[in-house]
Amino acid sequence: MPKDSGIGASIKRREDVRFLTGAGNYTDDINVAGQTYAYFLRSTVAHGKIVSVDTAAASKMPGVLRIFTGADFEAVGGLPCGWQITSRNGEVMKEPRHPILASGKVRHVGDPIAAVVAKSLAEARDAAEAIGVEIEELPAVVDMRAAISGAAPAVHDEAPDNLCYDWGFVEENREAVDAAIKSAHHVTTLELTNNRLVANPMEPRVAIGDFNRASGDSTLYTTSQNPHVIRLLMGAFVLGIPEHKLRVIAPDVGGGFGTKIFHYAEEAFCTFAAKALNKPVKWTADRSEAFITDAHGRDHVTKIELALDKDGKFLAIRTATLANMGAYLSTFAPSVPTWLHGTLMAGTYTTPLIYCNVKAVFTNTVPVDAYRGAGRPEATFQLERVIDKAAREMGIDPVEIRRRNFIPADAFPYQTPVAVAYDTGDYHATMDKLVEIADFAGFEARRAESAKRGKLRGLGLSSYIEACGIAPSNLVGQLGARAGLYESATVRVNAAGGIVVMTGSHSHGQGHETTFPQVIAEMFGCPEANVEIVHGDTGRGPMGMGTYGSRSIAVGGAAMVRAAEKIIAKAKRIASHLMEAAVEDVEFANGVFSVAGTDKKVDFGSVALAAYVPHNYPLESIEPGLEETAFYDPSNFTYPAGAYAAEVEVDPETGAVTLLAFSAADDFGNVINPMIVTGQVHGGIAQGIGQALLESAVYDANGQLLTGSYMDYAMPRADDLPMYAVDHSCQTPCTHNPLGVKGCGEAGAIGSPPALVNAVLDALNAGGIGVEHIDMPLSPSRVWAAIQSAK
Amino acid sequence: MTKISMKVNGEAVSGEVEGRTLLVQFLRDHLGLTGTHVGCDTGQCGACVVHVDGESVKACNMLAAAADGAEVMTIEGMAAPDGTLSVIQAAFQEHHGLQCGFCTPGMVMSAADLLNRNANPSEAEVRAYLEGNICRCTGYHNIVKAILAAAATLRGEAVAAE
Ligand code: FES
Ligand code: FES
Repeated sequence: MPKDSGIGASIKRREDVRFLTGAGNYTDDINVAGQTYAYFLRSTVAHGKIVSVDTAAASKMPGVLRIFTGADFEAVGGLPCGWQITSRNGEVMKEPRHPILASGKVRHVGDPIAAVVAKSLAEARDAAEAIGVEIEELPAVVDMRAAISGAAPAVHDEAPDNLCYDWGFVEENREAVDAAIKSAHHVTTLELTNNRLVANPMEPRVAIGDFNRASGDSTLYTTSQNPHVIRLLMGAFVLGIPEHKLRVIAPDVGGGFGTKIFHYAEEAFCTFAAKALNKPVKWTADRSEAFITDAHGRDHVTKIELALDKDGKFLAIRTATLANMGAYLSTFAPSVPTWLHGTLMAGTYTTPLIYCNVKAVFTNTVPVDAYRGAGRPEATFQLERVIDKAAREMGIDPVEIRRRNFIPADAFPYQTPVAVAYDTGDYHATMDKLVEIADFAGFEARRAESAKRGKLRGLGLSSYIEACGIAPSNLVGQLGARAGLYESATVRVNAAGGIVVMTGSHSHGQGHETTFPQVIAEMFGCPEANVEIVHGDTGRGPMGMGTYGSRSIAVGGAAMVRAAEKIIAKAKRIASHLMEAAVEDVEFANGVFSVAGTDKKVDFGSVALAAYVPHNYPLESIEPGLEETAFYDPSNFTYPAGAYAAEVEVDPETGAVTLLAFSAADDFGNVINPMIVTGQVHGGIAQGIGQALLESAVYDANGQLLTGSYMDYAMPRADDLPMYAVDHSCQTPCTHNPLGVKGCGEAGAIGSPPALVNAVLDALNAGGIGVEHIDMPLSPSRVWAAIQSAK
Repeated sequence: MTKISMKVNGEAVSGEVEGRTLLVQFLRDHLGLTGTHVGCDTGQCGACVVHVDGESVKACNMLAAAADGAEVMTIEGMAAPDGTLSVIQAAFQEHHGLQCGFCTPGMVMSAADLLNRNANPSEAEVRAYLEGNICRCTGYHNIVKAILAAAATLRGEAVAAE
């Protein structure tokens, strides 16, 4: 019998009612009285020297209040980067200034040159067209190999070779890895590209700056996954506004997938301009603008080598990766190809020796940063691709080669050779589940049926692991993070028993307003309807770190549990007074305090009332009120893992790939709301399928983005995708957070691309067409070309 | 400036617009009906879908002046006056057919248009019909399920709960 309340119940989402009736409150739905409009004039060339910006005529156009240029922002900070990576030679990464408006040079198409603020958006736009800009175009560099060849133009003077850093991990293992590869029975080598993507949340970014001259307070409304972090970065590092004078509000957020983590120039601009003009300033991105200003994702080129013994046991892995940073360092960018990537190269396997080299490269393209999975999809893709290739070369079944190398279920906690230690997992169990739900047993019959129709059928799989619940502050600090990565929660029990939870986590579609109350309902024995969630507003809750890296329930949920535990402890003391019993004898269950072995009881509501109306209350030993705050900083990451399979049909005449079925068996530890978890997996899988089959951000050699709209960038549509078979019944609860949860937001996007590519290659190779690799996206033309060249 | 009037969700409204004002801008900025969203500038995403004289229209692709005299229905007009969700809206909630909710108004309006035209669509027909509506969150699985379930309910068939 499924539960209908508390942890484990598939409760319908309370936020849906407002979203389904048009009553959502997204940032662009907010209009502040007297607001003005910002429009950015952006570079149309990828690289150039700004010779002059003439705003004289434009400034006189109707409605124009002021036109800002780079010179206006020379006295404030550039956009800060949150991580510092150290190169193999001990030097810290190159960190060139990222100005709010370009000064001196433009470095990518979309770099803002000037910003007009006018009474209407149309007037701002018209005036921007009248600005005279003279740019001396410089040669641009787009390709990473060319960028570091020594013959390319420098994107920044500080990095003449376009190298941001050259990172080795684990450096002490390098020689041992080299030796193991040299002497191995078999080495499989693969060169591949992890294609550049655009996150494309359906809500474009918006920022509204507001300034109150009377109080001196600034308010920023923004489309952000982590308003507290924006307040910290923008206040302390860019504009110099103390935190008590700056409030950041992120109301309903229409998707993020990573790209709304980062602090963007437009946020700082609107806040700055609102104060300068003493008027609210609003900016809403067009989709075309989003394509050239939202941080992109992925964009790695990797060579991976896997050494095996004669039985197919993995002995060593060596990788060399070029990671595109784009023109400037975005907030999290340096951490993605390093600590979110190198640390995952053990995967679900016992490989004892691993060495990764990552060179981060500046190019004249939009900055690249975390996108759903962030580093972990890149790690999983290369590993699962090279394993499949090794299996084919050595004549071992792809399921079997993985099973031979899985970390066994009894080996946890398991210390990997790449710094992280997995707490729990059972990779054979998720593989068993996958083999069942994807009906591996019936595959050959289905393949034969396809063959009758002249089609090549393929089955591909992957096994992934990710490090989620991004946290431990002491660990990430050692790794180069410049901030702590805890989470916070305040639980306020009101006098009549209603509960408000203020969490530093924020939802951009994950349904926190539904799942967080489920946890409180379970702990307090009350209906979910008694619990309200407040988030997305630095003025209404404690400093938190926000939502990314599948961390909300694992870190934010844990903080809420800790605060709720403090409430229960205090309430027990109050109840012991009311019942005239020793506190050790007080029990709490189903919303009622009782004394063991007696019929004394008092309900939660009466205790809450006593806390606020303390007439009969031990004031000498307990403060009135019932409100507690907790900051939770876990001792480790969490490690969700699972096994995915794709089944495809390839048309050998055209190269067209049809995705017939997709199956996912995940281990997320304990699950709060199975319906929501399943939905998260669906969405992640769709984005992974998008990467594998459809999506790619393509620049021409001059740095023009060729895929700058939905006419050119192939977003997955309903008719590109099948129904998915998703299972999360294999559960090895996390051992170090109070809910035993692991996080589920990114898994789908991590595990799916290699399964898809492996399926297409299985179809081709089993059909007698010897193709070793095709780079994503597997468009018909690429698959067709691979088929032709194999003939 | 042109003076226009139309019926929106059954109410007579009027306003002064520039020739270039889009229907979606009129709804959002002049009437404050912010349930209709803007997700792109090339007419691809469908976040802006409304019904004009009973047919679904991308409100970012129609000038406000062109809707002069029309009957317009937006997401705000889909639930009953007492707030009871329509069958399609209720099915989206029941089947978790939305996450961030940004595509949702357009999805619901498109789904209503589809079911007006085809009371018994197949899964493939639903998917094909949604070609002009992009959702980045759900992977479409639950949207398709919700629309098929709503269709069955509207036909008077019992639907298995999930
Ligand atoms: S906003 Fe109308 S189709 Fe995208
Ligand atoms: S629910 Fe977020 S775009 Fe569809």
